[in-house]
Amino acid sequence: MVSPLDHKLLRDLWRMKGQATAIGAVIAVGVLMLVMMTGLTASLSETRDAYYDRYRLADVFVPVARAPERLASRLAEIPGVSAVETRVEGRALIDLPGQVLPVQAQAVSLPDRGRPSLNDVFLTAGRMPASGRPDEILLLQSFAFAHGLRPGDTLRATMNGARRGFDIVGLAQSPEFLYTTAPGELVPDDARFGVIWMGRSGLAAAYDMAGAFNEALIGLSPEASEDAVLAAVDRLLEPYGGAGAYGLADQFSNRFVSEEISGLEAAAVGVPPIFLAVAAFLLYIVISRMVQSEREEIGLMKAFGYTNTEVGAHYFKLILAIAVGGALAGCLGGIAAGRALIGVYTAYFKFPFLVFQLDPASFVTGVTVSILSASAGGLFVLRRVFALTPATAMRAPAPPNFSRTGRIGHSLNRFLDQPSRMVLRRLTRQPGRMAGSIIGIASGMALSVAMITIYAGFDRTIDLTFSVVDRSDVTVSFTHPVSDKTLFELVRLPGVERAEPVRNVSVVLRHGLESHRGVLIGLPDRPELNRALDADMAPIALPERGVVLSDVLAEMLGVAPGDMLSMDVREGRQPLLQIPVAGTAQTLLGSPAYMDMEALNRTLREPGRVSGAYLTIDEAQADAIYAALQDMPTVAGVSLKSQARDAFVRLMNQGAGAIRYVMGAIAFIITFGIVYNAARIALAERSRDLASLRVIGFSKGEAAFVLLGELAVVTVIALPVGAALGYYLSFGIAAGFSTDLYQIPAVFDPVSYGQATLVVLGAALVSGGLVKRELDHADLIEALKTRE
Amino acid sequence: MTEAAYTTKGLTKVYGEGRSAVHALRGVDLEIPAGEVIVLLGPSGSGKSTLLNIIGGLDRGTEGLVQFRDQRLDEMKDAELTRYRRNHVGFVFQFYNLMPSLTARENVELVTEIAADPMDPDEALALVGLKERTDHFPAQLSGGEQQRVAIARAIAKQPDVLFCDEPTGALDSQTGRSVLRVLADVNERLGSTVLMVTHAASQAQMADRVIHFADGDIREIVENRKKLAPEEIEW
Repeated sequence: MVSPLDHKLLRDLWRMKGQATAIGAVIAVGVLMLVMMTGLTASLSETRDAYYDRYRLADVFVPVARAPERLASRLAEIPGVSAVETRVEGRALIDLPGQVLPVQAQAVSLPDRGRPSLNDVFLTAGRMPASGRPDEILLLQSFAFAHGLRPGDTLRATMNGARRGFDIVGLAQSPEFLYTTAPGELVPDDARFGVIWMGRSGLAAAYDMAGAFNEALIGLSPEASEDAVLAAVDRLLEPYGGAGAYGLADQFSNRFVSEEISGLEAAAVGVPPIFLAVAAFLLYIVISRMVQSEREEIGLMKAFGYTNTEVGAHYFKLILAIAVGGALAGCLGGIAAGRALIGVYTAYFKFPFLVFQLDPASFVTGVTVSILSASAGGLFVLRRVFALTPATAMRAPAPPNFSRTGRIGHSLNRFLDQPSRMVLRRLTRQPGRMAGSIIGIASGMALSVAMITIYAGFDRTIDLTFSVVDRSDVTVSFTHPVSDKTLFELVRLPGVERAEPVRNVSVVLRHGLESHRGVLIGLPDRPELNRALDADMAPIALPERGVVLSDVLAEMLGVAPGDMLSMDVREGRQPLLQIPVAGTAQTLLGSPAYMDMEALNRTLREPGRVSGAYLTIDEAQADAIYAALQDMPTVAGVSLKSQARDAFVRLMNQGAGAIRYVMGAIAFIITFGIVYNAARIALAERSRDLASLRVIGFSKGEAAFVLLGELAVVTVIALPVGAALGYYLSFGIAAGFSTDLYQIPAVFDPVSYGQATLVVLGAALVSGGLVKRELDHADLIEALKTRE
Repeated sequence: MTEAAYTTKGLTKVYGEGRSAVHALRGVDLEIPAGEVIVLLGPSGSGKSTLLNIIGGLDRGTEGLVQFRDQRLDEMKDAELTRYRRNHVGFVFQFYNLMPSLTARENVELVTEIAADPMDPDEALALVGLKERTDHFPAQLSGGEQQRVAIARAIAKQPDVLFCDEPTGALDSQTGRSVLRVLADVNERLGSTVLMVTHAASQAQMADRVIHFADGDIREIVENRKKLAPEEIEW
């Protein structure tokens, strides 16, 4: 049988359904965020691992100039190596009709017969190239889609200087090329880098690799030491031009995908607790007020003979019903949102299938936090309720005493009418309660500030990277380091306004146990187009000796100016150098290391060499310039900053960064929930006073002023408090969004604060409007009968 | 009989619909003369408070005509009803309904600030015998004092009509008598019509006219030829 108290519980819930829903919604979005983010990252990691596993992605990648095939068995003998696959790969340029610039591509060999034992491909359309047909190729699906190419189409590509025609017989995906980037660029772009797979013998013929390979793939046995294998492989291949074996962690596509997933993970770990904490705090405030407003009924129940425990349990059930209801809704919503988002991310990461994984811990955490915070709110007030004697409930309610604090601001009274005095005295009578409302709304403001600051941070990253650091229009990369005189050829092209050389060198930087595989950028003296900048955005004069590291890289390697780095050069003579860190530079994209170009060339004993150039051009003559560049044999690639910028914006709007919009929406819901709850509570507490005002002749607007005036004052005080909280919060959230690929700064930007203020004011206006509507429709007679 | 303050014709009030409908008023025809003290008597649920609420502009009838002087209350919009309450009507409630955050004087000023032709708040408080306690907050006043502040608030606008719903309901009889004294004074000095709902039948002895309610209609109207002073009434 359902006890009368349970009936009461259900009816109370129904009666306060608006408020209960608002509270439940705030809890729900906090939990939703947690469940969604953890489910999303767990699923993505699982899917990535399963994909790698199913298509046998190699653990170690070994680039080499030219090694005889017989070395494959020697590689297989290295302890810890479980599988070896050799292949031929090479640079290619794909000519596409209607494109002025040829698209850079990588050609990769497939065994003439059977499937590769490592780095298999996933055929999505068509068939594999037939053996003995060097003109048949597979094309990377994402690239094909970007250009509308299908099996059956033909393609012209230049390989090793020879232009040839190919038949596309199939499209493929590969865990090795989830992300592709044009050389010298950091941001992936499907359209601007292609991958061609073709039979080994055909490709070997094109690159003069018959009986040899220029890349080995190695699978490791579970107990193998990767470092030991890398060292052994490098030793073995050194005489053949080994360019340094590297592990999966340094493989570009994997690094990028893993970075993105860990970016999401960081956001999943860092951001939802903040949201949940705000929700929990709000819940505490609301529940404590709700129980307080029930004190008359509690006294009555006790007068009927219910024990403290029974009464306490009754209210506890009410609290739990709301908290658990909200948390469960959040869990379900989180699963739904996670499923929706994971579809988006699966497409984004180009995973061919999906392993959907939920993180049970997130459910437990979400529900527990909700229940605990609700219980804390309830317990706190129930303690006071237990002290209440039944007699209190039988008496007419004593008016709350304003005699002590009512005099606060006495001197102001002259200027205030009675409704304004009521507002002022309500605020000063219970400063604790008002502080609660203020902190509640301030939390909403803080969330808004932080999220909008993050939006501005993303814009700033783009702006700084593509307008301040890099001021060029076009980047040209050469096939190999060439004489700096090549630059004159570039400057002579009509429409080229300025050309600045750059010397990029592949290096592995090491400090202690930390290492970083990347590119050392040699810049000329006082460059104008691509610059190393300090924290104040002032150009850094690169010293005669030593490297300047981006602060991210310095942090990664754990070095400070003055420390020594070991630099393992992966080009030319491949010297191993010791070099001091001369300073750090601020960058938000990538983790570059800079050096004075001449000093770098001197160090490498390759004076006067450049590997690329930055150009500014006259847009009107762009096409002619591209055509001319294409005809220069030393030019390997041309990339446009506008395209790179677009790709970066796309990346931040589709990858880990995209979650900021979801979070922004949730922050808005929480902000609105907080403000609306504050308004609702104020209405519930004051409905009798407000009805009295209406009865004695106050208009709806005048009565609403007394209610909304309080909300307005609380909101206005909360804004600066929230702005200050938001300032600190934004650092935490910015760190959560920053990845090794790009950094999101928390920038103090008045516009963000203005927008956040508008969000909160908007929420306050809408909440005020909703509450006022309720007030307007209040039954005056009923409200007057209500005893507090 | 003097000029009518209120006229109702066929006034009904139905709560709910269908089988669960409750008829609070069943076609009340009534004329209330101006300037008198009227007491409405009747058991709970007989419709007296409903009538008071409707002619006080707090509620609307389901059907029928309600007229204050020459104005049709039943045809007024919400804003017009608010203006009517503001300009013509004073209310005194069983539970006082003072604003706890305002002092006695400020509670009165709440009304004088918006009324067309108010009296001085201190004068209103003096009328109810609270000259000395004008700066006290409701929490510092006894129940009787709070009710007198409520009356001062109601009369400060010099209302044409004073509505009192169980004004002594929460008070002991001695305090109650002093509250009734104030109501009688207001009626005499300001000429306000006083309409009072009460359960205490004996209080009818101070009225000019007593309206007996039963089952949502008027059972009888008795003119009181031997009005007693509030001090002479026992309950």
